[in-house]
Amino acid sequence: MQKSLHIDANKCTGCLQCEMACSYENYGVFNIAKSRIKIFSFEHAGRKVPYTCTQCAEAWCMNACPVDAIRVDAGTGAKIVNEAICVGCKVCTIACPFGTVNYVAETGKVQKCDLCGGDPACASACPTGAITYVDADWTGLDKMRAWAGKTDTATRASA
Amino acid sequence: MAWTRKILRVDLSSGSCTSEPLNMEWAQQYLGQRGLATKYFISEVDPKVDPLSSANKLIMTTGPLTGTPASTGGRYSVVTKGALTGAIACSNSGGYFGAELKFAGWDMIIFEGKSAKPVYLAIENDKAELKDAAHLWGKTVWQTEEIIKKSHQDPQTRVCSIGRAGENGVMYACIVNDLHRAAGRSGVGTVMGSKNLKAVAVRGTQGVSILKDAKAFMNAATAAKKVLADNAVTGQGLPTYGTQVLMNVINEMGALPTRNHRDSQFEDARKISAEAMIEKRPSDGKSHLVTNNACFGCTIACGRISKIDETHFSVVNKPEYWGASGGLEYEAAWALGAANGVGDLEALQYANLICNEDGFDPISFGATVGAAMELYELGILTEKQIGMEAPFGSAKALCELAQMTARGEGFGKELGLGSARLCEKYGKPELSMGVKKQEFPAYDSRGIQGMGLAYATSNRGACHLRGYTVASEVLGIPVKTDPLVTTGKADLVKAFQDATAVFDSAGVCVFTTFAWTLADLQPQLDAACEGDWTMEKLAAVGERIWNMERQFNNAAGFTAKDDDLPPRLKTEPVKTGPAKGLVSGIDKMLPEYYQARGWDANGVPSKETLARLGL
Repeated sequence: MQKSLHIDANKCTGCLQCEMACSYENYGVFNIAKSRIKIFSFEHAGRKVPYTCTQCAEAWCMNACPVDAIRVDAGTGAKIVNEAICVGCKVCTIACPFGTVNYVAETGKVQKCDLCGGDPACASACPTGAITYVDADWTGLDKMRAWAGKTDTATRASA
Repeated sequence: MAWTRKILRVDLSSGSCTSEPLNMEWAQQYLGQRGLATKYFISEVDPKVDPLSSANKLIMTTGPLTGTPASTGGRYSVVTKGALTGAIACSNSGGYFGAELKFAGWDMIIFEGKSAKPVYLAIENDKAELKDAAHLWGKTVWQTEEIIKKSHQDPQTRVCSIGRAGENGVMYACIVNDLHRAAGRSGVGTVMGSKNLKAVAVRGTQGVSILKDAKAFMNAATAAKKVLADNAVTGQGLPTYGTQVLMNVINEMGALPTRNHRDSQFEDARKISAEAMIEKRPSDGKSHLVTNNACFGCTIACGRISKIDETHFSVVNKPEYWGASGGLEYEAAWALGAANGVGDLEALQYANLICNEDGFDPISFGATVGAAMELYELGILTEKQIGMEAPFGSAKALCELAQMTARGEGFGKELGLGSARLCEKYGKPELSMGVKKQEFPAYDSRGIQGMGLAYATSNRGACHLRGYTVASEVLGIPVKTDPLVTTGKADLVKAFQDATAVFDSAGVCVFTTFAWTLADLQPQLDAACEGDWTMEKLAAVGERIWNMERQFNNAAGFTAKDDDLPPRLKTEPVKTGPAKGLVSGIDKMLPEYYQARGWDANGVPSKETLARLGL
């Protein structure tokens, strides 16, 4: 079964535990500047929104890479940057429509979410369930269930 | 490393910024943040110093767990001699600023001297420089943060700053970071303003690594997070209702100070409670509360984000206040509301927004308005002097006075003095409800006896965050004690004060103590910090910090007679509710407390006590 990161911004409190977990998993340091998942704050709306790579099936970054440094992980479906091959040309950062591949000046390579080999640290660290790792075919299931409840006239009539 | 082992020393007089190594011997004795910064402060500053003179210093400090995934590990504190109190001040704040400072590689910043002209400090990792702030002076906190982020072309920059209140010498000005988190009490922002220091902007990309035992730390942090999640207060009550959940509880106990402590129950408590925050308003069908928010690393997320009613008189034609913003928290809602008899939630939020926007403490401000309203009702202050009618309960006066205080206009200037100086000026010093010139927070000393002792002996003046015996006397944490009696309160207050000093020195939030005891914090500290951090060592650190602060205050001129409550709380019995007929038993508790502390009858630590604590 392929799984996918599922983000519910309504549950995000902006604690940044995911960003610390990400940087620790990948670099052994608590450093949100190095996180591949980012929490964006929309102050005036009172919204905190997590955002990271959605692992497109037809990945723009992968197709754009001139040296084939981005490959699909057979187990997780993640698009993974091979740092040994990456030449730091940044073409993938231009190709990605969502901005979730980023250049790291320190290494001269790009970085993106690799789903931590199938056990994403961000999802494990999230205290509110805003970030979960679920069956890729059912990322919308909870939303469907909620709407199903709302449209269930029988329940409403009996209530 | 849990400590970055680096201090940034900023001489505002000469404009120099220098790096120096952290005293690791002191780190082993005082842990970090509140304890360690206070040790530095006391070692470098004359206790008799005028808080607003260039000889006073101001320290911004992180703790060893700041910037780690320990829950709530994002705190920083500001240590100085308080402008409002003249006592040792240590104001703690969340948000994201503290972690960013740590990520930039600094345990603390020591500001000394005074700049000839307005400046702000810009830090990018190891690089620190003072920059001209002429264009920022006169600007609000919110404007300052926006301008700095724009000019640095870096939205990730974190900023703490003073607003116009700190510039204008409001004695209880705050330092505000991340728009609505504040090092709030005792006038630390006033001291910052007196040094012509407008803001600190930090960008840190180095992170925190190489903890003593990283694996043990992650295990301990994860276990401690589970304790918070499983606890009814930190797992459900605080994230759902925020601190405001206390409003109805404390009111029913008859311990909600009302109208400058004339009453202890507020007839409109319900209207300004957490429950009211989530009710749909008749005007626009929306609830006041938008969502809850966390500070850095916090898995509790008690913070409130609200939207004010756009049709409310205070903000009609002021769309700049219509967006989501911080508030209301319990203390602010009480001080702006019950303390002066105002039961209009939207008016309280407006005043709260002004406090955040221009950086002043809503507790001291609200309580000072309460004192002014009593002076008005007594005919001592007139409509002409205040510039408006200001009886208890006037939402309009509250909103107007908040604006005037922010801008330093008219009677706002006098409110900026704080209640002690205001009441003194008008010949009624006994009407100031506070200790050591700092106003009480939201618990009546007569209905919660332990809090009276905690206020009277708090090293930074009246405060609920130095020894929160409400936890025991109201919520039964860790054990239930009777709020109406004095028996056992001396030991209870001491235990809370000493443990709190450790939490305040660790880099975590004191709200964790609704669920955590020292036994939950200890494994996290021991795994993160170099050295051997046993329960015994931490207990000694807490008591050492408390006595060190006390020594500073004694040397500054405070005596046992300053460990006292206003006469109203000792002579005017509670009129209604479960505490009816009670006054504070402070006179009975204080000698017991001194004895429990190992202090003499004058509140001076004995030689044996000092020797025992290595002071």
